Amino acid sequence: MAFLTLSSPHAKGPQRTSIMMRWVIAMTLPGLLLQTLFFGWGNLHNVLWCTLVAIISEAIVLKIRKRPIGFYLNDYSAVVTAVLIGLALPPFVPWWVSLVATSFAIIFAKHLYGGMGYNPFNPAMVGYALVLVSFPVAMTTNWAMPLPLLEQPASLLETLSIIWGQTPIPDALTGATPLDTYKHEIAHSLSDTVLENPIFGSGFSLGWEWVNAGFLAGGMVLIALKIVPWQTPVGLLLGLAIPAAILGHDADQTAPMLLHLTSGATMLGAFFIATDPVTSCTTNRGRLIYGFGIGLLTYIIRAHGSYPDAIAFAVLLMNFAAPLIDVYTQPRTYGYIDSKRGPKAKEKN
Amino acid sequence: MSTSFTSPTNASLSSKKISTRTIYDFHGGIHPEEMKTLSNQTPITHPPIPPKLVLPLQQHIGKPSDLIVELGQHVLKGQKLANADGMISVALHAPTSGIIESIIDHPIAHPSGESGTCIVLIPDGKDEWCELEPCQHYEHLSVSKIQAKVRDAGVAGMGGAGFPTEVKLHPPRQDKVATLILNAAECEPYITADDRLMRERADEVVQGMEIMAYALQPGECIIGIEDNKPEAIAALREAAKETNIDVCVIPTKYPSGGEKQIIKILTDKEVPNGKIPADIGVMCQNVGTAAAIYRAVRFGEPLISRVTTLTGEGIEQPGNVEALIGTPIDWLLSQYGFQAQKTERLIMGGPMMGFTLKHIETPIVKTTNCILAPTRKDLPPPPPAQACIRCGLCADVCPAVLLPQQLYWFSRAQEYDKAEHHNLFDCIECGACSYVCPSSIPLVQYYRHAKGEIKQQKQDQLKSDQARERFEARQFRLEREQAEKDAKRKARADAAAKTQAAKKAAEAAKPNEVATKTDTTLEDAADTKKAVIQAALARNKEKNDSNNALKPEEATDLDALKTAWDKTQAKLDKMYDALDDARANNPEQIDKLSRAVEKNQMRVNQAKQIWEKASASQQAASATTHVIAVEIKIEKPDIALLATAIEKAQSKLDKMQDALDNAQPEQIEKLTRAVEKNKVRVNQAQQVWEEASANQIAEPKTEISMKATITKEAVSGASEQPDIEALESGLEKAQSKLETMQDALDSAQPDQIEKLTRAVEKNKVRVQAAENALKAVTATRVTNQNGEQ
Repeated sequence: MAFLTLSSPHAKGPQRTSIMMRWVIAMTLPGLLLQTLFFGWGNLHNVLWCTLVAIISEAIVLKIRKRPIGFYLNDYSAVVTAVLIGLALPPFVPWWVSLVATSFAIIFAKHLYGGMGYNPFNPAMVGYALVLVSFPVAMTTNWAMPLPLLEQPASLLETLSIIWGQTPIPDALTGATPLDTYKHEIAHSLSDTVLENPIFGSGFSLGWEWVNAGFLAGGMVLIALKIVPWQTPVGLLLGLAIPAAILGHDADQTAPMLLHLTSGATMLGAFFIATDPVTSCTTNRGRLIYGFGIGLLTYIIRAHGSYPDAIAFAVLLMNFAAPLIDVYTQPRTYGYIDSKRGPKAKEKN
Repeated sequence: MSTSFTSPTNASLSSKKISTRTIYDFHGGIHPEEMKTLSNQTPITHPPIPPKLVLPLQQHIGKPSDLIVELGQHVLKGQKLANADGMISVALHAPTSGIIESIIDHPIAHPSGESGTCIVLIPDGKDEWCELEPCQHYEHLSVSKIQAKVRDAGVAGMGGAGFPTEVKLHPPRQDKVATLILNAAECEPYITADDRLMRERADEVVQGMEIMAYALQPGECIIGIEDNKPEAIAALREAAKETNIDVCVIPTKYPSGGEKQIIKILTDKEVPNGKIPADIGVMCQNVGTAAAIYRAVRFGEPLISRVTTLTGEGIEQPGNVEALIGTPIDWLLSQYGFQAQKTERLIMGGPMMGFTLKHIETPIVKTTNCILAPTRKDLPPPPPAQACIRCGLCADVCPAVLLPQQLYWFSRAQEYDKAEHHNLFDCIECGACSYVCPSSIPLVQYYRHAKGEIKQQKQDQLKSDQARERFEARQFRLEREQAEKDAKRKARADAAAKTQAAKKAAEAAKPNEVATKTDTTLEDAADTKKAVIQAALARNKEKNDSNNALKPEEATDLDALKTAWDKTQAKLDKMYDALDDARANNPEQIDKLSRAVEKNQMRVNQAKQIWEKASASQQAASATTHVIAVEIKIEKPDIALLATAIEKAQSKLDKMQDALDNAQPEQIEKLTRAVEKNKVRVNQAQQVWEEASANQIAEPKTEISMKATITKEAVSGASEQPDIEALESGLEKAQSKLETMQDALDSAQPDQIEKLTRAVEKNKVRVQAAENALKAVTATRVTNQNGEQ
């Protein structure tokens, strides 16, 4: 009688990578819904379009790499990457920008490094950063005005025709983001005057505050489900809020803290982008440091850089640091007086 | 860390007073499906006696038991089959009466499926006990008696490790055991053996713990039990009512039953890395072990059976059985409706840490707490592993607070040093990380492999180190032996050379003789040389007793020459010493001394040359002699021997002459011819010898110009003179310098005084040294002269 010879443990918990990924995708939906509600069909289209591009790219690369396509597509990681890119891009960005961002993310940032689990940099952010520096005009002029401020929002068909280059985009539909606006206008104006701009709504940033709230809510669910660790988002928000609160206490000089927290990709970055497990830290203390670093870098670039938002660059910069942080934040193992820090075995001898 | 979980326990004094013990938490842990109700609903059953029992000699940690029965021997139930061998070992007993059928290699309970030596016992069905030694009151026994009883009963840790229990009944290094913990957590899913045991025999468990407490005298006794066993908790509380034992309920979480974890839970102490619980005053025992101890002490019953859980959907009547040690698992399972076709794997132990059995005929051993026969539905085969996404879920559940995914990457990349640095060896292989891994990576397997590799590497390293040491030791030995051989050879060569030299010296000295005492017979020795001759004689006698007086004399002269050379050499050495001294102390004398030394060196060389020439001429003479010697059957190329040969020939001639005188007429002619012939030979030999001697004499003559002048005096004295002169002049110079310095000192400025004083002191020392050197040289000279006299 032949029985299987297997190594313990024989029991297997229910958690699966694909389940985790699907949860991540699902939890972006509140944010995506609110995005669509406040900024039109653009992001929804982008998410779907990027997903399609991602799946096709992934399948092609897997085919070339002679890997089982179904097995790997089934982990949903490519879809997560695509969804994040679609959520992060400006709503009216031309179709080819999304295509470039997504395919570059999948082919170069992910598979050239060995595929799932081996990429040192967040693929979505690599794709995003690529198009941001390559097509700055397309990436800065296609932000949508919040729908409540529009007399006639673009319909789904209009949106599609704009994105696919059939019709030029009407100026009325686009506008600078609140972070961008504040940054530029505060230089020669006072806070109160700047905030009179209707895009800031009731003191925060119209539409964006809701979108951020949506991502915050989705992120909280992921934390509750232990799909993402709480340390990274908390670290990121602290890293952004603390300098914003200290340096931005004078709203006439720089954007106030609440504007930072409710605008741009703050919550999307904190809960969905920075928490990419592959490219972030793996130790709990390391994750706090990693998140804090992203928050801090985001603030610095937002406040002093030439880009209005900075989550992508901050994440990529901290991706570099993640392995090093891991080495120095090892936990204290049971039975040890101290945790081991650093790469070398000092305790020996 | 600590949760405010408190457990109402029966404190001492058996009052209704509720004591509270703080329960601590350990890092990580998981909550797998418990699956315990599958087997804990029915009482422990007793299967019939199997047709065959297979008893491995090694069921515990330590040395295998030492077999004491013979093939075909009839044994009674409880009779000892094998003794404990050494300190860490236990005895083995017959689980029932029967015949020892064979002693074979049989698959044993081991993850590798390997075989081990087993006793095969065929039960006779009578189940006849041997005589036991019960004991009503353990308090009347000494602690050592209890330890001996436990040891004799073959009790080994029944929680899974199988560590000999008796060893753990000795207080560690005379320290007091602060806490005795009875591990009743039974945290693994499916297993309910301890649960049922506690429910049905709580008193045995509690009394077993009392016996342990009697032996260890701990500060406190705690039973740690997970809250998923309310019936067992109630039974234990009831049984422990009258005791000091604290039944402590802990939250259900795998692996709270791990020794390190339960210690942390109950005491908040951590077993330091590389230490054992005893080092922090904690002793952990399993409930099954406690019951076994009780039976061993109370009834004298050895450990011959244990409660084992048979569970899984592959078994129709799952439950707990009191199985005899050695019961083949296939037979046991067949008694409870085992459906092999439904079962994919057969696991000994639980689903988290148990191992799959390769051979279904493997016997139940003392550590078998569970046989799990899951269906594919129970424990589906692991899905294919995906890439690690570093989610860190594994780190969150690791009870050892490791970074499992880091360890995984290191193990995978064979970066074992890094894995070790990340405390790979603190992994307890509980399987929590693999359990939660969303990518289904068999993490524990990677760690086991890495641990094995590292251990192997270390072993290989050790082996190669030892091999290198052995090689180096061998090299050293060979070198030493070679050196010893060389030294011996050199000693032999030296000895031979010395002997040779002695002979040559004797020959070289010959010219003196010839010069001073012309035409004297060879046997006459010069009076002045008598002492030297005597010495040479003694030396020669050692070598060849048959040597006549001629030889020692020659040897003596050559020897004397050699002595002269040696002396000169010695002087030269002394001068070198003096030169060294001078170099160190008085640079100005160096040149002078150097010159003196050079001069002396020349002289030594001269003396050496003289000696060498003398030797060479002697050798030449010997060579010539040799030719003749061969002819007259004398083997040694030696003048002395030649002389002996001549003598011999002479004596033969004499004999022949005698014979001739007494001979018969017809023989006369023949003899006369022989005599003539011999005469010719003698003459020839004489001539050769004379030639050789003349040669020897002639050589030194031409070399050293006049025989008379070439006395030792000439050689040694001449070489001494300049060296003494040089020393003397050096001394003078040093003295004059000293005087100059003294003058300078007298007229010196105060600040220079000290400096000068030191210089003067220094120079004084030098003068002293030079004087000493001079004295030494003079003394040598006097000695030499005496020697020559």
